[in-house]
Amino acid sequence: MERVPILKLGDILIVSIQIDLEDQSVLALQEDLADKIVATGARGVIIDITAVEIVDSFIGRMFATIASISRMLDAETVVVGMRPAVAITLVELGLSLGGVRTALNLEKGVALLNHLDGAQIAAARR
Amino acid sequence: MGAILTVQSDAGRRRIEELLQQHEEHVLKRWLEIAATTPGGHTDRGDMTARLTEIYQALRQSFLGSGDTSDLRGLLAELSRSRARQGFAPTETANVVFGLKQAVFELIEGDGDTEGLKGFIWFSRTIDDLGLFTFESYATAREKIILDQAEQLLELSTPVVKLWEGIVAVPLIGTLDSARTQVVMEKLLQTLVETGSEHAVIDITGVPAVDTQVAQHLLKTVVAARLMGAECVISGIRPQIAHTIVTLGIEFGDIVTKASLADALAYTLRQSGVQVTKGRGTRVTVRTEEGD
Repeated sequence: MERVPILKLGDILIVSIQIDLEDQSVLALQEDLADKIVATGARGVIIDITAVEIVDSFIGRMFATIASISRMLDAETVVVGMRPAVAITLVELGLSLGGVRTALNLEKGVALLNHLDGAQIAAARR
Repeated sequence: MGAILTVQSDAGRRRIEELLQQHEEHVLKRWLEIAATTPGGHTDRGDMTARLTEIYQALRQSFLGSGDTSDLRGLLAELSRSRARQGFAPTETANVVFGLKQAVFELIEGDGDTEGLKGFIWFSRTIDDLGLFTFESYATAREKIILDQAEQLLELSTPVVKLWEGIVAVPLIGTLDSARTQVVMEKLLQTLVETGSEHAVIDITGVPAVDTQVAQHLLKTVVAARLMGAECVISGIRPQIAHTIVTLGIEFGDIVTKASLADALAYTLRQSGVQVTKGRGTRVTVRTEEGD
């Protein structure tokens, strides 16, 4: 089974999916990610799916699950780089990924997390 | 065709074949004259002569040997197609083909040939088949033209325009159906990726009617754009359309809708942190906020 590497950039964890996901590797990724968030105290998780061409309902649900897990650990999840064909497929499957933030690319994803963080600090100061 | 033939009419058939061979020049000449008198038959005489001569030869070939009509049908289809493009009615093309019956009949009548008359029934049936075949080819040709045009229209009618850095718009014009929405959706999403735009405006000013299906298509597009990390605004909702949408009980949820494209542009500019202020005189100053 192939494992998806988790990269750390500052206090953001980046998961770039570049393999055909099997159910087993998805489950492993969820566990690894949860461990890593706790270990590093990350405040954001970015899942980069630029290379993903095919999705099914299982993978669609994976995003939502990872987002829920991360939120429990006080980290925001952003899914970036979704291809048009993938987005259309997910809509046709009736999966709207509620609770998951999305961004067009990795750069915008990082900017979004920084923006969210800034907003939270500003709110706390008030 | 072959199954209908009886032994009795076989003699007639042979007679017709003989006549077609012996009086080839005469029949062909007469056929051309008749074809020329049918409406539209007189145009491009030289082309017509060449085509009909070819068809005549192919017809005779098909009577001989195995009765293979593929050559003949090919020629007739070609005739029908070219005339369809020139805008002739299918009846006119069929009439040109039926003209051969008259030419042959005149020949038989002149001879007072009973054997030939018997064979003429069979000949007439064959020509009728061929005439109907041109009619069919005409319909097929037209169908293809219509399909091609529909495809071209689909390509023409879905432009995605850039309004501002990071803002694109799709002005939708005409009725939305599943096929068109699919094209619009794909093109919009593709443009979002290519230009890295985070805001899209879908303008439905040119959509004559919105029903549940159209609304469903719009919602799907917005949700798909959201999945990719872009926000959509729907603009150009006319009063009666707003009324219809509410009457039908369609929920747009948290999707932003604006009355006009101008409102939508102003909204998206604000969302992307661009301020437009009115300067002194006619100049407009634009300032981008850093970091929002």
